[in-house]
Amino acid sequence: MTMKMDLITSLYVFMLAAFIGLEVIRRVSPLLHTPLMSLTNALDAIAVVGAIILAGEHKSTLSTVLGTIAIVAATSNVVGGFLITDRMLKMFKASAKPKP
Amino acid sequence: MTSFLGTDTIIEITYLIATALFILSLKWMSSPTTARHGVWAGEVGMLLAILGTLLNRGIVDYKWVAIALVLGTIIGVPLGKVQMTAVPQRTALSHAFGALCVTLVGTAEFYLRAPNVPKFMMSVLAMEVILGSLTFTGSLMAAGKLQEILPQRPITFKGQNIVNLGMMAVAVGLAAILVMHPDRIYLFPAILAIPLLFGVMMIIPIGGADMPTVISLLNSYAGLSAAAMGFVLNSKLLIVAGALDGASGLILSVNMSKAMNRSFSNVLFGAFGQEQATAKGGKEERPVRSATPEEAAGILAVASKVVIVPGYGMAVAQAQHKVRELYDNLTKRGIDVKFGIHPVAGRMPGHMNVLLAEADIPYDKLLDMDEINGDFPQTDVALIIGANDVTNPAARTDSASPIFGMPILDVDKARTVMVIKRSMGAGFAGIENPLYYLDKTLMLFGDAKSFVGSIVRELSGGGSHG
Repeated sequence: MTMKMDLITSLYVFMLAAFIGLEVIRRVSPLLHTPLMSLTNALDAIAVVGAIILAGEHKSTLSTVLGTIAIVAATSNVVGGFLITDRMLKMFKASAKPKP
Repeated sequence: MTSFLGTDTIIEITYLIATALFILSLKWMSSPTTARHGVWAGEVGMLLAILGTLLNRGIVDYKWVAIALVLGTIIGVPLGKVQMTAVPQRTALSHAFGALCVTLVGTAEFYLRAPNVPKFMMSVLAMEVILGSLTFTGSLMAAGKLQEILPQRPITFKGQNIVNLGMMAVAVGLAAILVMHPDRIYLFPAILAIPLLFGVMMIIPIGGADMPTVISLLNSYAGLSAAAMGFVLNSKLLIVAGALDGASGLILSVNMSKAMNRSFSNVLFGAFGQEQATAKGGKEERPVRSATPEEAAGILAVASKVVIVPGYGMAVAQAQHKVRELYDNLTKRGIDVKFGIHPVAGRMPGHMNVLLAEADIPYDKLLDMDEINGDFPQTDVALIIGANDVTNPAARTDSASPIFGMPILDVDKARTVMVIKRSMGAGFAGIENPLYYLDKTLMLFGDAKSFVGSIVRELSGGGSHG
């Protein structure tokens, strides 16, 4: 019973997050669509938390091995994703204000 | 159960804060002035969530976790430092890594739980690994094509779509059997293997021009597979992050396919480039007007409003820094210079803006197609560098043209049009561009970088006009 409730709650969370996502991202300027994609990619790598628990729980050899590889893949996305997003955003500068 | 502020509660609170920070992070991306706050919010949220997770009492062994975190960082740093022209393939590669993580976790969860997997759990688990594995190989293929390790030309064969759809149907069918009978563990490898193959087959027929759409679509799949993983692990944080990523990918793919006037199914099953190349065989032998750098400089010097239209050809020729010099020179003369950017210029959404920003061109001069199109009738010179199909007026006028209906930059409404181009060869889609035969059009034949360089030299007083 509780498990069913969990799933229903999860569906609500998913639905609300999808609506928030559509509304928030629609407002992102096309200027920044490339950094947007690298940023969402880094955020998506939050999957690393699932992988950490899997590798750390040590329930079976298979789960530890797969979990460890999963951590490597996700961590490289976290680090690389935030790094490149910030590098790109640093380059966007407004024109210098005309001197009086 | 734990006390009010037990470890579990603390972990849940870090996740809650991280979720809020992730949403703020994307909200701040709305403008270049706040976007960097967005990155910080994302980083803080991520750090909090990871630290919170490390407190989890279920974790008995930190050795492999620590090694993996360090290894991931070592791989991640160089991936964060690639050149700006290589960002599309880096992005495709990171979709592959994300999908790999999701697929591996899903696989491990299945074997830990089988054969006692409730129906709903098995459905989301199947969705997680099917989406994850097809995104993994699909993104690797896309990265390979963008890096030009693999041929960019679409590869098609007879019955391709039926084969691909059939494969997917089999995978979904097997997944359905697993949902009803989770004890048939031997079926699981098949719902991993078939989508892995499908991912490869899905990208094989897709040409270079469609990459922006495909990258966005893979982004959406990666997000959805992560959300499915959130359902499996009952992690609201992961569900939210996955839903945000999925929504972002969806919006970008809709944008891209609108900008090319094509439906998703057409992108995925249409094999664009090849059809048209054969469809339009008859070449027109009409005269064109060409000009030298000196003449081009002369016309630009007396203009009062110039719009530069860059395409991916400009980036291939590494001409953006010369374009920046041209921009500086014209702006100093009091000429109003803007850039008109088509949504599919470049190899992923927004790529052209990044390349121009890297060359230090202020972002308020970079205008979207919808913003700039009204300006062309008042524009003295439209200078096209390395773009072709996105300026083709046949998209507006010729209903027989394969690109009819595609929104284009209305450069033909400017008083003079200049096109820097290597030769009269056709573009990505292999379509003749009637723009080149207009009386107001001057063809500037040559390499983009050296031609723009010569114009700048003429303008700076190197020419005979002093």
